[in-house]
Amino acid sequence: MLTKSTHDIAASFSRRGVLAATAGLMLGLASLTGAKAADDTIKVGVLHSLSGTMAISETTLKDTILFLIDEQNKKGGVNGKKLEAVVVDPASNWPLFAEKARELITKDKVAVVFGCWTSVSRKSVLPVFKELNSILFYPVQYEGEESERNVFYTGAAPNQQAIPAVDYLMKEEKVKRWVLAGTDYVYPRTTNKILEAYLKSKGVAQEDIMINYTPFGHSDWQTIVADIKKFGSAGKKTAVVSTINGDANVPFYKELGNQGIKAKDIPVVAFSVGEEELAGIDTKPLLGHLAAWNYFQSIKSPENEKFIKAWQTYTKNPKRVTNDPMEAHVIGFDMWVKAVEKVKSTDPDKVIDALPGIEAKNLTGGTSKMLPNHHITKPVFIGEIKANGQFDVVWKTPGLVAGDAWSKELDGSKDLIGDWVGKKCGNFNTKTNKCLGSGS
Amino acid sequence: MPANLSARLCSLALSLFLIVFALPAFAGPFEDAVSKFANDDFSDTEEAIGAVASSGNPLAYPIISALQDGRLMADPDSKKVYVTGADGKSIDAATGQPVASVPDSASAVRLNNRLRRSVDAAIGGLTLMSPDLGMRLQAAQSVFKSHEETALDAVEGALAKETNRSVKATLGDARAAILLYKSDATEVQKLEAVATIKARGDQEALALLTGIGSDQPASVTKAAASAIGSIQSSLAVWSMVQNAWYGLSLGSVLLLAAIGLAITFGVMGVINMAHGEMVMIGAYTTFVVQEVIRTRYPGLFDYSLLIAVPLAFLVAGALGVVIERSIIRFLYGRPLETLLATWGLSLVLQQAVRTMFGPTNREVGNPSWMSGAFELGQITITYNRLWILCFTLAVFAILLAMLRYTALGLEMRAVTQNRRMAASMGIATSRVDALTFGLGSGIAGIAGVALSQIDNVSPNLGQSYIIDSFMVVVFGGVGNLWGTLVGAFTLGIANKFLEPVAGAVLGKIAILVLIILFIQKRPRGLFALKGRAVEA
Repeated sequence: MLTKSTHDIAASFSRRGVLAATAGLMLGLASLTGAKAADDTIKVGVLHSLSGTMAISETTLKDTILFLIDEQNKKGGVNGKKLEAVVVDPASNWPLFAEKARELITKDKVAVVFGCWTSVSRKSVLPVFKELNSILFYPVQYEGEESERNVFYTGAAPNQQAIPAVDYLMKEEKVKRWVLAGTDYVYPRTTNKILEAYLKSKGVAQEDIMINYTPFGHSDWQTIVADIKKFGSAGKKTAVVSTINGDANVPFYKELGNQGIKAKDIPVVAFSVGEEELAGIDTKPLLGHLAAWNYFQSIKSPENEKFIKAWQTYTKNPKRVTNDPMEAHVIGFDMWVKAVEKVKSTDPDKVIDALPGIEAKNLTGGTSKMLPNHHITKPVFIGEIKANGQFDVVWKTPGLVAGDAWSKELDGSKDLIGDWVGKKCGNFNTKTNKCLGSGS
Repeated sequence: MPANLSARLCSLALSLFLIVFALPAFAGPFEDAVSKFANDDFSDTEEAIGAVASSGNPLAYPIISALQDGRLMADPDSKKVYVTGADGKSIDAATGQPVASVPDSASAVRLNNRLRRSVDAAIGGLTLMSPDLGMRLQAAQSVFKSHEETALDAVEGALAKETNRSVKATLGDARAAILLYKSDATEVQKLEAVATIKARGDQEALALLTGIGSDQPASVTKAAASAIGSIQSSLAVWSMVQNAWYGLSLGSVLLLAAIGLAITFGVMGVINMAHGEMVMIGAYTTFVVQEVIRTRYPGLFDYSLLIAVPLAFLVAGALGVVIERSIIRFLYGRPLETLLATWGLSLVLQQAVRTMFGPTNREVGNPSWMSGAFELGQITITYNRLWILCFTLAVFAILLAMLRYTALGLEMRAVTQNRRMAASMGIATSRVDALTFGLGSGIAGIAGVALSQIDNVSPNLGQSYIIDSFMVVVFGGVGNLWGTLVGAFTLGIANKFLEPVAGAVLGKIAILVLIILFIQKRPRGLFALKGRAVEA
């Protein structure tokens, strides 16, 4: 009983506690950003958790936006006005994301918000952005099945990360047996549903697919790693497709390394492990395990080298790594600036209409374009983990891949498209020629 | 050691050739094959590996082993390929001639997983006759893994000459694996192969036997099926042993995390929500110790944990005393306020660590004696888990002895059992309170040192253990250290036997439900304290 009651009380007090703990931080930021509403600046909201579980990933994205604003202001700002960041801390607390978003839009009157990491936080702020008609740039790879007028998705949809990764394993590694391992929440569950449908369409039998979910922050991987080993001993080449998120990755990889599962025997391809996450692990035993992203720090291009250098100078840390969601913010920020300059206004309706079709250079040497479904075109890379915690690109898609808002693999969504230019609809059914609207 | 040895052998081999063969230029296919390494194309590299390995050229082994270690440099402009030795000297891979320096435009030939397998197979084939025992064994194992038909002659040749028993057995397995998959092997050979592989009895044997396909003679298919059956049933028994071991291991982690709480909450009755943060501070102490060792005394790295244990105890213990003196002593007898104050405190500590060390994970390395695993029968036991189990039991024994045999332990027990009586006997109860809380926190700090080896070192480390720790202490019986021990191992083992059946998520829920039901039945846990302490 006691654990239960302490847990309940703890849960109900956590928000207040977190608020109190971050109050000092907020005060500091308020004085930093200057609370006086100056008319000669354009305000940019930053909605990333700076405390709580997700702080590990999201703090870097806050820094990225501050860095981009700084760079833009050095160039003279946008439309002759300086940009001004308004940073809030939703503290990894999903309902608080909605509150903070409302505060940013109504109180601080920001022109645009860059933020969110987990899908559940995005879902939590959606109604706010719709109701108050503002703009959110969402920089993280996600499960798809969504296209909203007020949201621009600069991270990868499943067809820009998961599907190409599986294709690579099928072709290059001749994988016949699949373990789909993920953390138990909406992104891994939807992604695995899509992957399962995709694998079956490629003739993989049900008994050759093992699906496994673990709680957030799972730390005892012994049983699951042993299960994977066992599943892999059926005489067919086996691979693990990992949608394991956040803190659970480090103990997972440590257990793999310790139990001696080498990438050449059973490769693991991860969708949520990047340079930042590897910073906490000794990567020598992980040599050859894979990750699929639209950006790697190790990619050689003039844009990337320039960006990494400027970023490390800005953060005063010559070892600071860069990662995929950061690049998504770089692209998204650039697109927003271009759209605002194009319509010479920050009026949300005008900017939303101007964004599709805007192009921005990505850091890997290509040009990404905002599509009518509010997703962007991206190249897909498969990288192998190297001993120094970086990735060696072993494969990439020949050109850029257009993001699908709705997966073509799932029965419920294969006829849907998002088109905010022609059809003005996020879930248009091409079979029935009807817009499903927000009711479904 | 083996890496070192192979590097030495390799440079030895290198210098041997430089002296013996003042190589007359090898014309033709070998040079062509070598130059393919410079194309930076995975399929070209694969062809090159095959051609070089089967060329019979004495440079084959140096080239392939350099490729494996990332020492094979290729210049994409001139298509020249170089082997750089461990001693910094380089030779031209195609001719064996020493070169003064490798041009700057050359970079290491890249590998992917498929190529790493080819490299392993090639090295296996090339080193089957190596004079070094370890290398021969490794070679035999990699031939067993790749079981390519082309290696059959080499394996049979090596088998005839081999004298070492374990290498011979592995070679025999490798030969069987090759024959099993060889399309033109005779039925008798295949039946023998099935028997040999069945005798291995491990998962790799299972994989080989399941993968043979249906185009085999009926007798072979039948023998394989019965072998699969018998291996599976023996593996099923082993998997029970394995679950029990995993349960013990999980139990030891739970015990380690809960043991400090068993003192602060169990013995003193303070609902200490900041307990997890003491664990985290112990882990960060380990990180700081390792950082200092890495930058100043790299030779001491293997001792870093031994140095970190007393430091973590002191840091977390001192912090515990400060917390008790400054906050908790004003709140005795007010559980709700204590709960809230310590919860707030845990957030303050987390944010403080986040500000000091940053929000991202910090890398805490495993010393060499805690890395890797060994096989016991058909189960894999990882060294870090084994050490943590031993360490936990040691901490538990020391704590128990301390409570029983030292003056402080006696005073602690006296104060918890009857505070007023203890005070009237002249015990400074408030000093004992502070020391007890410090002890509990210090032990949490020690737990942090061990947990840094298996979990993230991040500001959130403590949060993931706090609920589990309370669960263990309440389940085991508040105020009873033995109860905590039994509670932790019961929960660990139950969890690990449930997990394969129910999955990790449901398994955890099932355990929580079971505990709630159990607490309904026995509100004081497994081992309830009797007597006056209960009323206090």
